[in-house]
Amino acid sequence: MSELKQELKEKIIEQLNLEDISVDEIANDDPLFGQGLGLDSIDALELIVMLDKDYGIKLADPKEGRKIFESINTMAAYITANRTT
Amino acid sequence: MKPSSFHIASYCRIIDNNIVKNDEVLFTEKTGDLSSFLKKAYKHMEIRYPKFFKMDTLSKLAFIAAETLLKDSVEKNTALVFSNKSSSLDTDRKHSASITDSVHPYASPAIFVYTLPNICLGEISIRHSLYSENSFFIFDEFNPRLLTDYCDSLLSTGKTEKILCGWVDVDKQEYDAFLYLIARTGVYPYTTDELTRLYRKT
Amino acid sequence: MSSVFLSHNNIFSAYGPDSVSAIAQIKEGVSSLQLVEDSYLLEGPFYSSRISDDLLNEKFERLRPTENYTRLEKILIASLSDTLEKADLEIDDRVGLIVSTTKGNIDVLEKHSVFPEKRAYLAQLGKKIKEFFQFQNDAIILSNACVSGVLALAVAKRLISQKTYDHVLVVGGDLVTKFIMSGFNAFQALSPEPCRPYCKTRSGINIGEVGSSVLVTADTRQMAREAVKIMGEASCNDANHISGPSRTGEGLFRSVQAALEQSGLSIESIDYISAHGTATLFNDEMEAIAFNRANLQKTPLNSLKGYFGHTLGASGLLETLIGMHSLQKNMLFASKGFQELGVSRPLNIIKDTTSKPLRTFIKTASGFGGCNTAAIFQSAKP
Repeated sequence: MSELKQELKEKIIEQLNLEDISVDEIANDDPLFGQGLGLDSIDALELIVMLDKDYGIKLADPKEGRKIFESINTMAAYITANRTT
Repeated sequence: MKPSSFHIASYCRIIDNNIVKNDEVLFTEKTGDLSSFLKKAYKHMEIRYPKFFKMDTLSKLAFIAAETLLKDSVEKNTALVFSNKSSSLDTDRKHSASITDSVHPYASPAIFVYTLPNICLGEISIRHSLYSENSFFIFDEFNPRLLTDYCDSLLSTGKTEKILCGWVDVDKQEYDAFLYLIARTGVYPYTTDELTRLYRKT
Repeated sequence: MSSVFLSHNNIFSAYGPDSVSAIAQIKEGVSSLQLVEDSYLLEGPFYSSRISDDLLNEKFERLRPTENYTRLEKILIASLSDTLEKADLEIDDRVGLIVSTTKGNIDVLEKHSVFPEKRAYLAQLGKKIKEFFQFQNDAIILSNACVSGVLALAVAKRLISQKTYDHVLVVGGDLVTKFIMSGFNAFQALSPEPCRPYCKTRSGINIGEVGSSVLVTADTRQMAREAVKIMGEASCNDANHISGPSRTGEGLFRSVQAALEQSGLSIESIDYISAHGTATLFNDEMEAIAFNRANLQKTPLNSLKGYFGHTLGASGLLETLIGMHSLQKNMLFASKGFQELGVSRPLNIIKDTTSKPLRTFIKTASGFGGCNTAAIFQSAKP
């Protein structure tokens, strides 16, 4: 699981172009949206694409994303439970 | 019909790894491609705006050029009238390639949103809190006559107090930005001849 | 300043080759949205309104083309030729041409395209139209996301007022392409059903395809029966987000206020609102907030997306043309697909097509990049 969390942090920084943030600066329970990393609605859509592309998870309802993308912890737990690749 | 009381307050040209503002070189970089040049310019200008890194190249170029001219401008009623040749084609090609990728065809929302030329107007409006008139025109080349007619109409009908106007084009590794700020006071006369002169000179 | 009018016009759509054919069907409440199964365009079926190849080729061949044209060029030329025929205008150096499009010939980027990539440059598209009709002035391309169509009318008016031109032909269109479908799909914005603007059960947009065109002129000898005068127009940015509609409706509210102010009209004299109404959750909600802030919540309102889908660069122009015919017929067209209000503020959605004396309407549009435009039109009938 900790490997997956590290991988997610790297992917988020890389794919969402968080130029000024390093992996060490993202805590596992930091909120990703709002006050935390300051991600926005386009980032949320990009994360949905990432789930599909990299882990074979298709979200039936994009609104589910809100809970899944709360933090690195919640993302990793969801991916572990649902991944198909 | 010509609002004679307006001037060109300042202009910015970004081409060939040089940023020039009002005849003065602000930043220059001998080597490197466009995106590394823009990143270095961003650092050099000591801008703190993480959203910059999420922008496509056209928006980054427009953002840096606008930053040099709007940094000290407090007038919020500043219209944006931009033009170019390549629209958002540079990013269009990226979206097009990713949706037809032979291994993993995917559409990226973060790329798709930039497949419109006017997104850079939105980025500048957000950065400088401008709730103003926006228009993006496409011409084969910089067209000061038409832009001037259009800007004159915005100024003479009182729709705006200032206009950030000009050309911002990115096509693969070729790029060219020439933006100018039209205002009530300024050092350069506001005429199509003067615009042509400034554009050719830099 | 002299008055500027919209006059002769054409809507080339799935309904048929001219405005009359579209209006006749809209009056009857018939949508042109149909289920499309084309896995090249999009995995899974979707609703869209598309011009039939047969109709397009039949009309286009009659114009005796002497070279190969792309699908979009054919649509735009077919539309514009009908408008020009109705206008009977001599094309001299006082006649301008504005092309409103978001993506132009974007389909030439596709691997199987027979056209060179160069054709994707929007100025090339303008050049093809210019040359076909032998316009003396270069085409002006306006590419301002989903407000392009209505902003193009504002630009035409401004350039006529500025004496750049005496007449301007505005033509707008975009295609239903894999490029567009994949993007809106990634945005989770597509509805699996015919769209339902402002409705509780709305679930997103349909993308549609039309060509539309109009003569914009200050010459009162050029008046079609449905001609309208442009009373005021404004375009304001949200300065909030590049894709998410503003939560306060700031730019749209400001656009409506500024257009009203320029028109010198009161809210009471606006007979109806031809709104953007894409049927995404956030767009329709944003509009409801903006119209309430502008005190227009009691004014009858429709979205025409339930008839055509979202026709992108053509939409603002197309919907203005329908508005002109609506005034001429003294008929409020139903907001197709609407059942029960599903936005947080009151709006007076037109449920059934009804006859009513009409004189003035406001057209609004909002789009990516935070752009918004509002324009007010009044019947040119004395």
